[in-house]
Amino acid sequence: MTVHPFAIELLQLLILIGLSPAFAGWVKVVKCRLQGRSAPGILQPYRDIRRLFIKDVVLAENASWIFRFTPYLAFGVTVLAGGIIPLVSVDLPLAATADIIALVMLFAIIRFFTALAGMDIGTAFGGMGASREMMISSLAEPAMLMAVFTVSLASSSTSLTQMVTTMGQGQFMIRPSLAFALIAFIMIALAETGRIPVDNPATHLELTMIHEAMILEYSGRYLALIEWAGMMKLMLFFSLGIAAFCPWGIAANGDLLALALGVAFFVLKLMLGGVIMVLIETGMAKMRIFRVSEYLGSAFLLATLGMMAFFILE
Amino acid sequence: MSNSLVVQLNLLLAALILLTSFALLVQRRMFAILHIFAWQGFFLGLSTAIIGYATGVHHLYLSSLLTLGMKVLLLPYILYKLIHKLRIHREIESMINTPTTMMIGIALVIFCYHLTAPIRELSTLMTRSTLALALATVMLGLLMMVTRRHAVSQIMGFLAMENGLFFAATSATYGMPMVVELGVALDLLIAAFIFGIFFFHINTTFDSLDVDQMAKLKEGD
Amino acid sequence: MPPLDIACISILLLLSVVALSPLLSRRERLLIPTAFSLAALASFAAVLAGFLTIQQGLNSAATIPLGLPGLPFNIRLDPLAGFFLIVIGLLAGYVSIYSIGYLRAYPGRRPVTPLVLFYLLFLAGMLMVVLADDAYFFLLSWELMAAASYFLVMYEDEKAENRRAAYIYLLVAHVGAIAILLSFGLMAGLGSGFDRFDGYTFDAMRTARLAPGWAAAAFFLAFFGFSAKAGVIPLHVWLPEAHPVAPSNVSALMSGVMLKTSIYGMVRVAFDLLRDFPWWWGGIVLAFGLLSAVLGVLYALMQHDLKRLLAYHSVENIGIILMGLGLAMIFTSFHFPALAALALVAALYHTLNHALFKGLLFMGAGAVIHATRERNMEEMGGLIHKLPWTAALFLVGCVSISGLPPFNGFVSEWLTFQAFLLSPALPHPLLRLLVPLGAALLALTGALAAACFVKAFGVTFLGTWRGHRKASQIHEVGISMRLGMTLAAVSCLGLGVLPTYVIGWMDIIPERLFGGQIAASAGRFGWMWLTPYSYERASYSGPVVFGGILAVVAITYLLLHVRGTAIRRAPLWDCGFERITPRMQYTATAFAMPLRRVFGFLFAIREQVEIVSPQNHPVMADRFNYRLRIRDRFWNWLYTPLADGAFIVARLVGKLQQGRIQVYLLYSFVTLIVLLVFLG
Repeated sequence: MTVHPFAIELLQLLILIGLSPAFAGWVKVVKCRLQGRSAPGILQPYRDIRRLFIKDVVLAENASWIFRFTPYLAFGVTVLAGGIIPLVSVDLPLAATADIIALVMLFAIIRFFTALAGMDIGTAFGGMGASREMMISSLAEPAMLMAVFTVSLASSSTSLTQMVTTMGQGQFMIRPSLAFALIAFIMIALAETGRIPVDNPATHLELTMIHEAMILEYSGRYLALIEWAGMMKLMLFFSLGIAAFCPWGIAANGDLLALALGVAFFVLKLMLGGVIMVLIETGMAKMRIFRVSEYLGSAFLLATLGMMAFFILE
Repeated sequence: MSNSLVVQLNLLLAALILLTSFALLVQRRMFAILHIFAWQGFFLGLSTAIIGYATGVHHLYLSSLLTLGMKVLLLPYILYKLIHKLRIHREIESMINTPTTMMIGIALVIFCYHLTAPIRELSTLMTRSTLALALATVMLGLLMMVTRRHAVSQIMGFLAMENGLFFAATSATYGMPMVVELGVALDLLIAAFIFGIFFFHINTTFDSLDVDQMAKLKEGD
Repeated sequence: MPPLDIACISILLLLSVVALSPLLSRRERLLIPTAFSLAALASFAAVLAGFLTIQQGLNSAATIPLGLPGLPFNIRLDPLAGFFLIVIGLLAGYVSIYSIGYLRAYPGRRPVTPLVLFYLLFLAGMLMVVLADDAYFFLLSWELMAAASYFLVMYEDEKAENRRAAYIYLLVAHVGAIAILLSFGLMAGLGSGFDRFDGYTFDAMRTARLAPGWAAAAFFLAFFGFSAKAGVIPLHVWLPEAHPVAPSNVSALMSGVMLKTSIYGMVRVAFDLLRDFPWWWGGIVLAFGLLSAVLGVLYALMQHDLKRLLAYHSVENIGIILMGLGLAMIFTSFHFPALAALALVAALYHTLNHALFKGLLFMGAGAVIHATRERNMEEMGGLIHKLPWTAALFLVGCVSISGLPPFNGFVSEWLTFQAFLLSPALPHPLLRLLVPLGAALLALTGALAAACFVKAFGVTFLGTWRGHRKASQIHEVGISMRLGMTLAAVSCLGLGVLPTYVIGWMDIIPERLFGGQIAASAGRFGWMWLTPYSYERASYSGPVVFGGILAVVAITYLLLHVRGTAIRRAPLWDCGFERITPRMQYTATAFAMPLRRVFGFLFAIREQVEIVSPQNHPVMADRFNYRLRIRDRFWNWLYTPLADGAFIVARLVGKLQQGRIQVYLLYSFVTLIVLLVFLG
């Protein structure tokens, strides 16, 4: 029995929207366990989002339409991106909407508007967050492109479905280029999703915030949307990594069994990825903001070495 | 099939050796540099052994063992003692900032690739494509010596350079004759001892291992 | 009517308005709408001419019996020229509409007639440059364009700053023009002999075959000359001086389209006149493109004068265009026509896009300056409440120039990325390693541009008002200004959402130049999907991205507003800090500070903090004075030595001046003897 591609698309969106809070919860649980604290439970993010949706919105007096529009945009763009990245199956009607470069730029829209929203209310914290976020992203972008390029060399394509198919079907080979690109990608993903060692998503100290500083003034459903979009973004970066580096197990067509297997593999890989991320976060300290340039420079170096390894060695 | 797996492993090790030389270039802390150096020696030894296995040139096993013993255990141990005794855990900043150093490093790799292109055309060895990386390792070691202010990290650069030369020899001709290798190993050992003695003297004379201090030796101008 | 006639009529219309406008110089309130409506009409006629040319793939030429006896003007309209007619005409039309409102504030304060005159001449000059088919007419038009724009920059000539800017502009423009003249001279002379006159037509140059060394000399002279006009680093110094001081409608045109005439010149010389070139020409063009893009955007980040910031972004975008051009040249030299077509289309697409969004941004900046009488961003803020239209339209420009989907800047940058990523096809091993690094620099440029426009928009329009004037005195600008900007913004969106059409339609340009086509592959899956090389390689769909974002946003909005929870307006929270004043907001300088730290080595930065305290106590300070001076390093590296050298030479030459008539006569006498000896 086969499933229609549009149904798969819908399934993917449901998985993304529905499971991303659970994934965020999973990360939190693993982190708490690892650090010897008691965990709030995997469902806590759902309760948080629900609480925020019920609450009234308190809006700063001088907030303009940009401030109110940004949460919707962030949510909308993230959902769209979720329709493009192959999570459980490569047979997606929307997959051709954007290749991986365009996809990275989709995330850039969110960042652009979130930074503007941070500046909209005219507080020092908002401006500071916006400024730092834009610095980090502009240093991360070349490294990201290089990593993407290195991966695209192997499949000679930047289209995600193509990458997944080539990687999934090709014969296993030890590829230093891909290993380097993977490490670079992980480093960049940590920076782009605002995790330690670049940003601290759980901080309570304003001066160390980056992403949180921009959204300080949000409340109610706006905050809920932004938080949710953030969780989806985290999950999407994992999916991107999975699709580009270890797509094994993804469904190649609309076969029901393959699809179920694809979902199972996806969830398994996500959980494993979450554990790895927690290990990195727990093992490292947040770095000074001006060390970020060296951190991202190293990511760029790794990605470039990957590219060179491909041309020189393979 | 197994042969191609061996080739792939060799390429991976070559890439890792290059990676460690970059890591040496950008790392600031003394002990981390030491660790990376030991890793580099380890990868080098492994790669030598693999080439020996693949080509049937058996004296490579011996030089592999020699490398492992010298560069993974002995030299790091001596340097570790030295660092401890001189109490220099932290390195001062290098002369050029880290991202720029990296960019110069990348440029050097590309240059080496360009340089070895004719050899790659001529050679038929399975290791011909790693020659560029071996040469790059030499260059990066030299770059490390140029950019660092600290005498000990300059020595590390020197040793990394020697690693590169050794690697180049295995890639280009499946290793040097045993006698030469033994001689080089002995030289290295003696060099390490002499450096150690020198460091003590520099340290007692200048109260520092910052080589910039040696500019004081210049006659007044 | 044939397109060439339409184009000629458009130019004639402009020139006749020039001739007639002095008649209305006493009634400037009437002159402005009349002249600019006619200018808009003429511009749109030029667009029509260009459109028809490309649509029908025409290639028409004519000879005008003007000029010197025996040296008639040749004009020609081929798809490449047609494309640039569209670029010029489209933006010029929008800006002309905008100018009607923008100049309304001027009559009474200063005479407007010269501005109108030179504006029209400037437009006519640009159109003529594109139509010219011989070196003579080309240079004549080129000089007309340069001179007219010089007077436009000089328009508010009571300020020393403006006179200086105009002087630098004139200087650089002329050094460039000399180089172009020499290049044409080489091509004409080496092609058909230095003793004949008929080599000056482009047709003669096309058939001429030059020795490789001379061809390179001709190309790089032309490249130098056109770069001076385009503001390629290190010849960019006039740009950030001239653009801010010119009236904003003029800056929009100068930055939006005048720079593009140099791109036209480069394409014409490289792909049409010389044709045959080795890859390293393209490599050098690419290298200068990368240099301009990265340094341009970094310098832009450091500016707090809104128009100066935009001017530096022109340097950046010219760099991006040059990347596409350089890649196209590299691909052509290795005989990859399809890849070269992709790169050239990317460059030309970006040319059109940059004209539109930069024009839009300069118009927006003009509107802001018009409303606030202020150019310094640090004195603005919160304008989104006062100028809602301008803010929204300016935001469209910001998003477009930052290369974010679904707007047009993204499409052309994405195409350039694709061209970069196809470089592994090159047979040259060194290029395969080096070219991808260029892609990384392009990514850096794009991200920095986004940072810069978050800064520009955030500091100017968001937050609260920082300036000295009363915020209540600021009003939204008039309808014609808004109309001009809206048209540009709609074009930006249109070009971003429907790129497949545009590319399919532009395809004839690379085909005519070197026989490369991409339309067949780019539009294979219909208008929704853009697949520049092949479907497996990469794809993008503007309509789906635009529609998808719109749909999800709308659905979310509706779902959340069914219940209609109340929104309570309250004072800022800001983590509980009290009494927040506008002065506590992040400034433009503060915003750029992290990047200033990271890339500081590229600038000549002087930073001073002075603590004013009663007892010279560092903690009990009354106030802090912070001074920051950032200079373009190229002034110190290149221009100051050059200027000093010029002065030294001038002083040496000055020794010849003795003030005695006999000495001068002696000079003439000696010269005569020397000439007789050598030439006799």
